[in-house]
Amino acid sequence: MKGGLRQSMAWLHTWTGLPAGWVLFFVFLTGTLGYFDSEIDRWMRPEAPLAPPALSQVDGLALGLARLEQVAPQASRWTVFPASGRDVPHVTINWSGGTDAAGRRLRRSETLDAATGAPLRTRATGGGQTLYQLHYTLHYLPRAAARWLVGVCSMLMLVAIVSGVITHKKIFADFFTFRPRQGQRSWLDIHNLLSVTALPFHLVITYSGLVFFAFTYMSPVLDATYGSDGRDRFFDEAFRNPEIPPRAGAAAPLAPLAAMHDVAERHWGPAPVRTATVYHPGDRHARVVFRRTHVDPVSNGGRMVFDGATGELLERFDRRSGPMVVNQALLGLHEGLFAGPVLRWIYFLTGLLGTAMVGTGLVLWTVKRKAKAATGSGLSPSAIRVIERLNVGTIAGLPIAIAAYFWANRLLPVGLADRAAWELHALFLAWLAMLVLPWVRPVRRAWLDTLGLAAVAYAALPALNALTTGQHLGNSIPAGAWAVAGFDLAALAAGLGFGLAALGLRRQWAGAAAAGRSGDLVEPTATPSAATPLPEDAAG
Amino acid sequence: MTGAAATRRDVAARIVAAVAGGYAVSNVAAIGLAHVLPLPRSDAVMAGILTTFLFYGAVVVWCFATRTVRQAWLGILLAIAAFGALTLPGGFELP
Repeated sequence: MKGGLRQSMAWLHTWTGLPAGWVLFFVFLTGTLGYFDSEIDRWMRPEAPLAPPALSQVDGLALGLARLEQVAPQASRWTVFPASGRDVPHVTINWSGGTDAAGRRLRRSETLDAATGAPLRTRATGGGQTLYQLHYTLHYLPRAAARWLVGVCSMLMLVAIVSGVITHKKIFADFFTFRPRQGQRSWLDIHNLLSVTALPFHLVITYSGLVFFAFTYMSPVLDATYGSDGRDRFFDEAFRNPEIPPRAGAAAPLAPLAAMHDVAERHWGPAPVRTATVYHPGDRHARVVFRRTHVDPVSNGGRMVFDGATGELLERFDRRSGPMVVNQALLGLHEGLFAGPVLRWIYFLTGLLGTAMVGTGLVLWTVKRKAKAATGSGLSPSAIRVIERLNVGTIAGLPIAIAAYFWANRLLPVGLADRAAWELHALFLAWLAMLVLPWVRPVRRAWLDTLGLAAVAYAALPALNALTTGQHLGNSIPAGAWAVAGFDLAALAAGLGFGLAALGLRRQWAGAAAAGRSGDLVEPTATPSAATPLPEDAAG
Repeated sequence: MTGAAATRRDVAARIVAAVAGGYAVSNVAAIGLAHVLPLPRSDAVMAGILTTFLFYGAVVVWCFATRTVRQAWLGILLAIAAFGALTLPGGFELP
């Protein structure tokens, strides 16, 4: 293109970032909340005891098996998650086999109360799991469509990162540059700061996000190497799925899992089992497969296979080949399930940096285009009007929508049919309302309204929690229930943050109006100095 | 044709080259690598698949860095030919 590499990369950065920007903002924000999915789960199930009794893994396995024998004696497969830390706080079971009246394959799951062994009775909720899964399910879209849409946006993100880095001649010097209160310049500086600080994180998260569905996106590779009907063969070979013999048809009692757990503990260390799956329970050909807990990014590939009738260890699988380790590491780093509290917070905060990077990029884009449109060059004013309003409704509106999900969790009647689905409808209806708001209010008013509403929506969550469940910081902190207390504290912090943003913006605009300047979200009149041209100035 | 219309055409042509060419190069590259990497087949395929997005990103950048659209396509065709050649006999046999 005309004007040299740096300028064409600036063009590419600008125009890959914008079309994917709002989807990426959604993906980054909901995905980031996933680093505290279990904690959000906990807050959204207030009926669970504040301090559940600690249960050893051996006891957890026994509890799960006892329940499965009772409710699913005919199932072809049982799975028990003994409690294994923050990710699996309660013994959880699921089973499959048999069909229902309509001929559908049955698959059911239950979370168990450690004290009684009966199912934990909580309100129906999507919890933190459904919330974070939104970042690749996009909820209302069919599965394949959502995967492809997220994939295209992630690819645009990858190109935006690479072209952004190439554009940025003085990436290191500019990192230490911040020029406050200079409109467009300040947005550029803050966008650079956010992007460069967490650059490795952004790259790994984006690339690994693509790898999750690589077999879907790049299916021609499998077709060409394994044949169009060879996908299953590839997965069997690559992931070394254990071979499960067919049912013998002769009954045999299940060997004690406690002894198998001892073997696992000897090889993998304490509390090693994430899941225990029993194939053909009660049959002479029963197999028990242990999968390992996430202690580092690649440990989740570890697996042991036992003969279910004799208890003998048949196969232990820890070591993977180079490409499989890379694959495992990318996925493991993306999910961060291995992370302890400190690393988890770093994950969460860098995820927020990424969200803010996308948000500031969108704002910077709009501010620049407005300045250009004012001089008659560049995009049409009506296109800018749409983009500007999408920015308000998404950057400030999506957080409100997520708050609405939490409010719905507390306010929807517990007996409501499809309650969990309505929590999500509340999220998307609130977002829709926030997207409409900037069309009935002046844009600047809409920014202030939306940020102010977000401040209230989050700051009031602890009070809502106290009023509806009796749980508050005064009892959750003494009980050491940090999931509940942390959620309440984080909501207060978010409310404070949105409130400060609204106040700061109002003060800035009031100041600009008094000084007789146009004072947009930032000032479109700010002139870039000739000595340091804005990188995106080249084209666009 | 006005300058603005010519620019629009040029950009549209580059987008087509980047999207279609990038997809083709990344898939052919992965298939070529899967053929020549001295690894068990499933590992070689996995290694190839893991690299696809690198190639895709590189092709997109390439398509917007060249002086003309013709150059962009030339690079794409060369890359496809080079990686495609890896699958010719001499690499390991397809099933």
